[in-house]
Amino acid sequence: MNENKEYKVSKPISDKVFSVVVFVFLLVFVIITLYPVINTVALSFNDGIDAVRGKIYLWPRKFSLKNYKTVFAMQNIWVGAKVTVGRTVLATLTSLFANALLAFVVSRKRFLFKSQLSLFWVITMYVNGGMIPVFLLYRNLGLTGTFHVYWIPGMISAFNMLVMRTYMEGIPESLEESAQLDGAGYFTIFKDIISPLCKPVYATVALFIAVWQWNSWFDAMLYNRMKTQYTTLQYELMKLLSSVMQQSGSAENAKNGAATITPVTIRSAATVATMLPIVMLYPFLQRYFVTGLTIGGVKE
Amino acid sequence: MAQNKKKEKMDRREMWKEIKRQKFLMIVSFFMVAYGIVFYYWPLTGWLMAFQNYKPKKGLLGSKFVGLDKFRFLFEDAVFIKVIRNTFAMGLINLVTTTIMAVLFAIILNEVRRAWLKKPIQTISYLPHFLSWIVVTGILHDSLSATGIINDILLRFGIIKQAINFFAFPKYFWPIVAFANCWKETGWNAIIYLAAITAIDPSLYEAAAIDGADRLQKIKYITLPGIKPTFLILLLMNVGNVLNAGFEVQYLLGNGLVQSVSQTIDIYVLKWGISQNDYSLGTAAGLFKSAVSILLIVMANALAKRYSEQRLF
Repeated sequence: MNENKEYKVSKPISDKVFSVVVFVFLLVFVIITLYPVINTVALSFNDGIDAVRGKIYLWPRKFSLKNYKTVFAMQNIWVGAKVTVGRTVLATLTSLFANALLAFVVSRKRFLFKSQLSLFWVITMYVNGGMIPVFLLYRNLGLTGTFHVYWIPGMISAFNMLVMRTYMEGIPESLEESAQLDGAGYFTIFKDIISPLCKPVYATVALFIAVWQWNSWFDAMLYNRMKTQYTTLQYELMKLLSSVMQQSGSAENAKNGAATITPVTIRSAATVATMLPIVMLYPFLQRYFVTGLTIGGVKE
Repeated sequence: MAQNKKKEKMDRREMWKEIKRQKFLMIVSFFMVAYGIVFYYWPLTGWLMAFQNYKPKKGLLGSKFVGLDKFRFLFEDAVFIKVIRNTFAMGLINLVTTTIMAVLFAIILNEVRRAWLKKPIQTISYLPHFLSWIVVTGILHDSLSATGIINDILLRFGIIKQAINFFAFPKYFWPIVAFANCWKETGWNAIIYLAAITAIDPSLYEAAAIDGADRLQKIKYITLPGIKPTFLILLLMNVGNVLNAGFEVQYLLGNGLVQSVSQTIDIYVLKWGISQNDYSLGTAAGLFKSAVSILLIVMANALAKRYSEQRLF
């Protein structure tokens, strides 16, 4: 880090040009990343009719809370929010436990079926039945049209399991052996010895599962389209957005100006409401997903 | 001889003791395998539907087998041929552009020495990954709309005279999808490359500096070769996913006017299999996708085995 200072005298001109290029690249990158998000927030706080004129950038022109009032008055949004929070919490807990337990089993060096069980799960990453057979299976099992379709089928994922396995394999075997000499069974070893040491990787995987659950919409559309009581937040947002998206392919949104509050501001408010929890949360969990991705990605 | 037998007996007794000791592991394994069979392996029997005229009432065993009829229908359908082209083209474009962006971003961010600058940029770069595709396509749609920022800029600089409706022309669709993928995943995908760069021996850079190398030369001769193994492994892993990367964005951004370039295999499956209830045709299309994916993985693996030590299995 300090070597730059040492060689400052002989620093080539090309390096100065390079610094400028780095700076410009990152500036453009940050603007492109942030602008659309900030613009959405600005739109969500702008008066609907005023927004039709366009040219709202980083700040609302005519401030209004009406959009949020409209969004929060929608019954479906609240149902969706309840279901989404419910599935996120339940699936994160159950899936984390199941994946951790499986990872624990396949990472025991002395376990007799260690490699076979690993292979059994690795195969599932590459071969799957596809949309239709899976759909029919869920229907035959009575999972479609229920809340359970959100957390039972995806409970174990080979990828998450492998991330945890890699981490657990790094824990010295001697810990397990000494516990066994004290008469501890495997469940005790899992619960009291391995799990406390695995907190970082548990946090990583929990984050992966939670984000996946929070952002899911396709399962709600495919399996619970008719069951409005099991709708999710993202699916409700999709319904709001898609009505407008379909129009851009045809008559363009000329008619929208007539409405008291144009869809774009309401859509923005709904978008902000659904993304807010995760956007507030992820910066604090950064070190977990960075380490988790690094061990899981490179080693496997 | 006698001693050997005794030893064998001991071994067997030890073995039994070990099995007993591993009882918990065995029980867990049993449930895990049962779960895996039901949710991952059982659906594979559904592939039979691709060779049948499947009727839900008659079931998998009662439905009539029609051989390769469904596949024949697929490959005689001009739409499906286009769908295959779209899936491959967008999958490849996305793989190439997202990889280039991730490597570029990782290398450039690594050149920033000041932590107070680097950290916030990195945090910002992850943000889009945490947004759902619904949100991302919604935001993108607004940015590209008649009153959106892109048309605004183009008009202001006089590049165009009238706002362009980007979603009405097939020529814009693939670039938009590629951009959406880059926007969402560049920062996230760069995490692994940044980790790989950090793992490079710092003495290499010091030696290069003494030899008078400038920063660009250091990148070319040290950083790039240093991340090559990571690059190859990720490429290998992603090649098998090329055909899987074509659903959400295309489904959410596609519309009637760009159908010919936006439809992918997964959308085709959804349309025929779920909406039209032609389970057999949907399964056949899905099976085709799976088969090609597996072929791609095997091929990529063989290639990698031949040209370097990097391999998936």
